[in-house]
Amino acid sequence: MVVAMTTRRLNDHGGTAAVEVRGLVKHYGETKALDGVDLQVRQGTVLGVLGPNGAGKTTLVRVLSTLIKPDAGSARVAGYDVLTQPRQLRRVIGLTGQYASVDEKLSGRENLYMIGRLLDLSRTDARARADELLERFSLTEAAKRPAMQYSGGMRRRLDLAASMIGRPSVLYLDEPTTGLDPRTRNEVWDEVQGMVADGATVLLTTQYMEEAEQLANELTVIDRGRVIAEGRVAELKAKVGGRTLQIRPTDPAQAAAMAALIGGAGLDGVAGANADPAEGMVSVPILSDEQLTAVVALVSARGFGIAHIDTHLPSLDEVFLAITGRPAESAETGDATGTETGDGTGEAEAAGTARDGGARTAKNDLTHDDENVEVTV
Amino acid sequence: MSAATATAPLAAKPAVDGEGRIGLRANLRHIGALARRNMLQIKQDPESMFDALLMPVIFTLLFVYVFGGAVSGKGHQQAYVNYVVPGLMAMMGMNISMAVGTGINDDFKKGVMDRFRTMPIARSSVLIAKIVVEVGRMLIAIAILLGMGFALGLTIHTDVMHLVAAVGLSAVFGASLMWIFILLGLTMRTAQAVQGVAMLVLMPLQFGSSIFAKPTTMPGWLESFTKVNPLSNLADAARALVNGGAVAHSVWMVLAWSVGITLVTAPLAVARFRRKT
Repeated sequence: MVVAMTTRRLNDHGGTAAVEVRGLVKHYGETKALDGVDLQVRQGTVLGVLGPNGAGKTTLVRVLSTLIKPDAGSARVAGYDVLTQPRQLRRVIGLTGQYASVDEKLSGRENLYMIGRLLDLSRTDARARADELLERFSLTEAAKRPAMQYSGGMRRRLDLAASMIGRPSVLYLDEPTTGLDPRTRNEVWDEVQGMVADGATVLLTTQYMEEAEQLANELTVIDRGRVIAEGRVAELKAKVGGRTLQIRPTDPAQAAAMAALIGGAGLDGVAGANADPAEGMVSVPILSDEQLTAVVALVSARGFGIAHIDTHLPSLDEVFLAITGRPAESAETGDATGTETGDGTGEAEAAGTARDGGARTAKNDLTHDDENVEVTV
Repeated sequence: MSAATATAPLAAKPAVDGEGRIGLRANLRHIGALARRNMLQIKQDPESMFDALLMPVIFTLLFVYVFGGAVSGKGHQQAYVNYVVPGLMAMMGMNISMAVGTGINDDFKKGVMDRFRTMPIARSSVLIAKIVVEVGRMLIAIAILLGMGFALGLTIHTDVMHLVAAVGLSAVFGASLMWIFILLGLTMRTAQAVQGVAMLVLMPLQFGSSIFAKPTTMPGWLESFTKVNPLSNLADAARALVNGGAVAHSVWMVLAWSVGITLVTAPLAVARFRRKT
């Protein structure tokens, strides 16, 4: 039997834009980190900003959180202009970056208490809020340990908790799971979904199609500082062909026959199937669970034995290939998103390099951990 | 347009007015919370107190016993104690201030600064909190220095109030120097570079002053330099406050230098901090 895929889809709330970006430009010398980006995030929804390293994702988040000023264009968050109303804007946003923005020498509780006090909570309220969030993010046991002793996932959770203290109406999550192992990644996803359920508007940047699909209502794909595709997750997936179903017949020699059967059956929405005789594998692009079920039902009804079934989400590479006709590349210009502004201090470049490294590792994790549907017949 | 959707934040944040300006009380609260952070860092990393705890002990012993005899004659180190210990107060202030520069440079490499800069707090509060805690460290160093001084025979020829004034003056001047080192720390790329540059500036300033030896024993050009060196003013002021004598001129000079340095470097440091990305 087929194990149901756990695709947690979020509800659309509709409504107006909580984040509105128009023609945003930010150049670092020759590098066009942002080259005229337009996007909007509707209130109460999650927008996934998908793109490879150096696409401009982090630069976008830094502009929207008032850390850097754009060269041109405008952006409003919760109605506040990033250039003219940064102080008001800072009251309504929360930011979680790739690198935990907590003080490593302070304990989890001290970090949260400090941020509560900086957000003008009373001592009692700051303490209560810290404990509440420690509980919610399963950090109560580690509350008194310095953050430097936390695991990567715990740090990321602490970071998320820190971003939640002021109950921000708009939350930026900049590659929240880059560098995390799959289990920790799931924990972070759960927390993000909890925040959205509480009504936060989220702008999420990610390199992973899977993450975008899990969390986002809508997607904007950016590359080299430009938006190259946007739309609902389903639309974008349809554009790139949804998932790929791979079936291995018990008798590898039957791969071609199986492919011919599927291709000729005229199943709704199933365009065709490719056989890979060398691997004894059949690949079928599918768009829905129903199609998956139909294909499996068809081949087993015709007496094919199935040894292995697998589905893959399109990777970022495949998405890019489908949209741009060329593979995603980590911009040769380096990670423009992480690098410095005018004064070009060395540490930021170093951080950018570290970022690249971490991202690559994580990416490998992910490609080897595509959503699997294992079947035993 | 999205202006219509500008919903009020869910959390009450009364300390910020409609323009997003931050009131004085909120500002003090922020500085308090950030100073607490700096103190907790020290608690977590007690080695960072070594300079404040050991430097005064080592310097006092070194100068009194190595140079004391040469300056005041063998067997007359006692007289040198009363000369050099008030001077060392000035040196403590300077050396502790230097640590601020390297500290802020390291601090800057941490993500938590990004968080501070996306929060509705005055950006200067991060720097002021650091200075508050460092002045505390400086006072501890001076207390140990005085303790060492008393152990080696320091005598107060005036009264306690004058001694407190001398300590206070050193702290005020030290706090103003911190802005210079913060500016350096925010400008240089690495903590090592900050330390290197700071040492280059500090050594001539400290030794080309009246801290360790009477300028009248120095060649004319150096004596002229010591006269415009604010460290001489501070050492002279502290010495007069402890040993008696005319204090007005050197005290006013020190205060003028402190205010001048702060007025010039503090806004530069805050601007630098604001632009840092």
